[in-house]
Amino acid sequence: MRLHQVGQHIVLEDVGVSLGGQTILRGLGLEVSPGDVLGIAGPNGSGKTTLLRLLATLIAPDSGKGLVLGARLGSPQVYDIRRNIGLVGHTPTVIGELTLRENLEHATRLAGENQERIDIALRVVGLDGAAGRRGEASSFGMLRRAEAARLLITNPSLLLLDEAFSGLDVDAQELIDALIVRTIQSDGTVVMVSHDAGHLGDRAGRVLTLSAGRLEAVA
Amino acid sequence: MRFWEQALEIARIDLRVERRLGDVLRIVLPFAVVSLLVFPLAMSIDLTTVSQIGPAVFWALGILFGMQVALRHAANDRPERRDLYALLGVDPAARFVGRSLSGSVLMLGFLLALLLAMIALYSPRLPEGWLGPGLYALLLAGIGLTELGTLAGEVTAGLRNRTALASLIVAPLAIPLVIGGSQTLESLARDTSILPWLLLLVATDLALAVAGVALARPLEEASR
Repeated sequence: MRLHQVGQHIVLEDVGVSLGGQTILRGLGLEVSPGDVLGIAGPNGSGKTTLLRLLATLIAPDSGKGLVLGARLGSPQVYDIRRNIGLVGHTPTVIGELTLRENLEHATRLAGENQERIDIALRVVGLDGAAGRRGEASSFGMLRRAEAARLLITNPSLLLLDEAFSGLDVDAQELIDALIVRTIQSDGTVVMVSHDAGHLGDRAGRVLTLSAGRLEAVA
Repeated sequence: MRFWEQALEIARIDLRVERRLGDVLRIVLPFAVVSLLVFPLAMSIDLTTVSQIGPAVFWALGILFGMQVALRHAANDRPERRDLYALLGVDPAARFVGRSLSGSVLMLGFLLALLLAMIALYSPRLPEGWLGPGLYALLLAGIGLTELGTLAGEVTAGLRNRTALASLIVAPLAIPLVIGGSQTLESLARDTSILPWLLLLVATDLALAVAGVALARPLEEASR
């Protein structure tokens, strides 16, 4: 594998990550091309969330080399490409004291995106009637929808989903599916992790298994 | 340009959240005023002494309770929100400036309210022409304390016992601010120049601003 390979959205070469003195990921090799949907299954504690944070450039590898959207992991290059990464974590990130609309306006302003797209995004995710509700008074599903609305506006090239389907009703799951489709249609890349391989099977073109910090098997 | 847009947006939202939460007005300020009341009681209500110690008590309580105002970000900051800001492309230095701006507004409001309460409760003998220099000193000390609190919040981000550690950083480093603020009024009373004390405050504010902006990125990366 050549690290400088042009055109790949993700390239990892023998990457290891340690947190708090404990090795979480070891010897990871991975290539993901634009348009790919990669699923990674694994039990709790296998390192799935750490892997997504690595791909989100929020943590740097301790060993090995990696490129994400052309930026070398652990280098200042990642500051310039972070805006093109969308991360849906375990817990939706909103400011509880703000309404869902205000949260969206805040994120849109910080990202330098067009405010006019907020109404459309809220309508698409089915929050146009509940946009005035504060984050702290919203259900998990509504917060996920607000997060989806933000991602519709920022339109990331790399979409990272961490157990994104857990705890969602069918409509909300379809919304996440629509986000995946939209990302792929824009020649973006999707990486999703779940402890439940059933959530990945129908959606991912390729599924890997992460066990004890190693990518072990390809299904 | 984006730097200032981001900084102002963060300051704007921070003030809106504070308006809804009311941490400073409803919690910190009442406690500080109650503390102002306790001092005269502890001194057997000797009115002469009380009026003499008023400004000193104001600065001591202003810095102590001001630390609570300055460190509110450290208490409320969630790792997920820091990650979100990073992925929205927010410059950590813009975040530092934004938080320092909103914190300074709250700090000045808090210190002004505390000053009025001190004047009402202690009837201090303030030197003639104290208002202008006193407000300058208040402004500069408030900005410095806010910058210090914001910087301490960044230094301790991601650490266990973050709030306690941040207080330990702020307390000793706030000494130039206490000295500069309190000595401004003292110099007026002694009819000596207040310029050295105001310059001390300005230099401290500038040093903290430069440190906050320069260290914002490395501190953010190290916090994960």
